[in-house]
Amino acid sequence: MEYEIVIGMEIHIELGTKTKIFCSCPTEFGQDENTHTCPVCLGMPGVLPVLNEKVVEYATRAGLALNCEIAHFSKMDRKNYFYPDLPKAYQTSQFDLPICTGGVVGIEVDGVKKDIGITRIHIEEDAGKLLHESADGTLLDVNRCGVPLIEIVTEPDLRSAEEARAFAEKVRNILEYTGVSDCKMEQGSMRFDVNLSIREKGSEVLGTRTEMKNLNSFRALIRAVQYESKRQIIELKKGHTIIQETRKWDDTKGTSSSLRSKEEAHDYRYFPEPDLVPIVLEPAYIEKIKSELPELPEAKKQRYIDEYKLPEYDAGVLTTTGVTARFFEDAVALYNEPKQISNWMMVEIPPLLKENEVSMENISITPAQLVELLKLVKNNEISGNTGKEVLKEMFSTGKNPGDIVKEKGLAQMSDTGELEAIIEKIVSDNPKSVEDIGAGNEKAYGFLTGQVMKATKGKANAQVANEIIRAVVAKHLA
Amino acid sequence: MSLTREDVTYVANLARLEFSEDEVIALADQLGAVLDYAETLSGLDTSKIKATEHVLAVQNVFRADEIESCLTNEEALANAPESEAGCFKVPRVME
Ligand SMILES: [Zn+2]
Repeated sequence: MEYEIVIGMEIHIELGTKTKIFCSCPTEFGQDENTHTCPVCLGMPGVLPVLNEKVVEYATRAGLALNCEIAHFSKMDRKNYFYPDLPKAYQTSQFDLPICTGGVVGIEVDGVKKDIGITRIHIEEDAGKLLHESADGTLLDVNRCGVPLIEIVTEPDLRSAEEARAFAEKVRNILEYTGVSDCKMEQGSMRFDVNLSIREKGSEVLGTRTEMKNLNSFRALIRAVQYESKRQIIELKKGHTIIQETRKWDDTKGTSSSLRSKEEAHDYRYFPEPDLVPIVLEPAYIEKIKSELPELPEAKKQRYIDEYKLPEYDAGVLTTTGVTARFFEDAVALYNEPKQISNWMMVEIPPLLKENEVSMENISITPAQLVELLKLVKNNEISGNTGKEVLKEMFSTGKNPGDIVKEKGLAQMSDTGELEAIIEKIVSDNPKSVEDIGAGNEKAYGFLTGQVMKATKGKANAQVANEIIRAVVAKHLA
Repeated sequence: MSLTREDVTYVANLARLEFSEDEVIALADQLGAVLDYAETLSGLDTSKIKATEHVLAVQNVFRADEIESCLTNEEALANAPESEAGCFKVPRVME
């Protein structure tokens, strides 16, 4: 029997507002424990939460960017459960009337394009952070309580770990562009829950699903999906049934295990939040946000192909993140050589990023510096190979390429007089090569060029050197 | 009676409340009576009335995204029965 994996995802994304969703505490990451709290986010009795207008704006923007319908009328609800990371013993969320419904995101895996449906997007508050550092208890940091989240819920449209990853990356890409979140996985700004089931290929009926919560890297997402789908298929092959449950993914061990809770499954007793009034969005408000949406990755990619005449591959790579696209556009604005810039950005820069373990956001080179370097190469002041060396140096020191070339004496030798002397000597020292060339063996030129480069430590302008070599050899043969 | 003892036990458990057998019986009676009374509303024809999403006829109460001062760590932890290393301390939670 052939099996099919069916995956639906829930993606939690922290919005990049300055303050929390219902109070004026800052959302800043990485502060001292319990220093960004107030009576509202501590869950004190008698306080009155007030919704942050930016949360509504950002959620609307995210919804529009993901092709959702924006609700004219939506409301907040209480989701009740007890857990120490939730001081109020309920999470303020949205239940039956979320702010966005029915979106779609296109993905492409191995050249196959596919649309993934988005069921809904709702707004809610994040919980606190539990620290397991105490010898005889658990410690709670409330700083993160009340940081605004959107939860994106998909249809069960995904069929593989690769599709899940492609979808998650696409969502991150789009949301990063819209500026609603930095989507920093390492800071927990983007987390995935995966609902996974297995069915016979061709069947319309969904199998029993399990849920894995809080996967916080693409790697964890892929590995968890691979592990869980394999586990379920093995169970089914043995004739066992799948138990509907929440499972915990252990990224270190690379396995998942059941979190069988004695508590009744998911009886959250949602009810309308009496302290927060409904959100009513007029078409004009939604239209305005729509008109302010930045150019999204797909459109940008197409524009790079049309306007800059870049190959589709280049356009795709350069638009993968907003940061990369901005760098590219800034560089092109200074120097109208899109393909040159693209080549250096795609071929030379990524290995340096990897080697130095920095991301494009923190790159020490500015677009203007890259352009300066490309102009040095273009004007034959340095060779392409020297350019790569200079780029490396720029990367580690942040210095301007012109200064590096000067300091290290890397400028190409285009001075014909000086080159002529060197070449004259090399040709004289290698009569065999001259003989070979005379006998019609053009390859011997390559050897002579190599000798010239060696003698000049690669600084000879290759074109100029070649011309001189030919002239000198011709003279010797005459 | 509209409420069974099992209903009472179930809801009590969700609310982390513990009751004796006698209390469960009494509560099933009392809460059942409240529900029965509320049930009289079902006799009304509400087919032409819009569903109530919220009891207040107010909408769109927002605040600007501006930072205001927070409590200090000491103030935040002032009511905590137990604290350690600047954090609230709670009974150990299984990871
Ligand atoms: Zn607060």
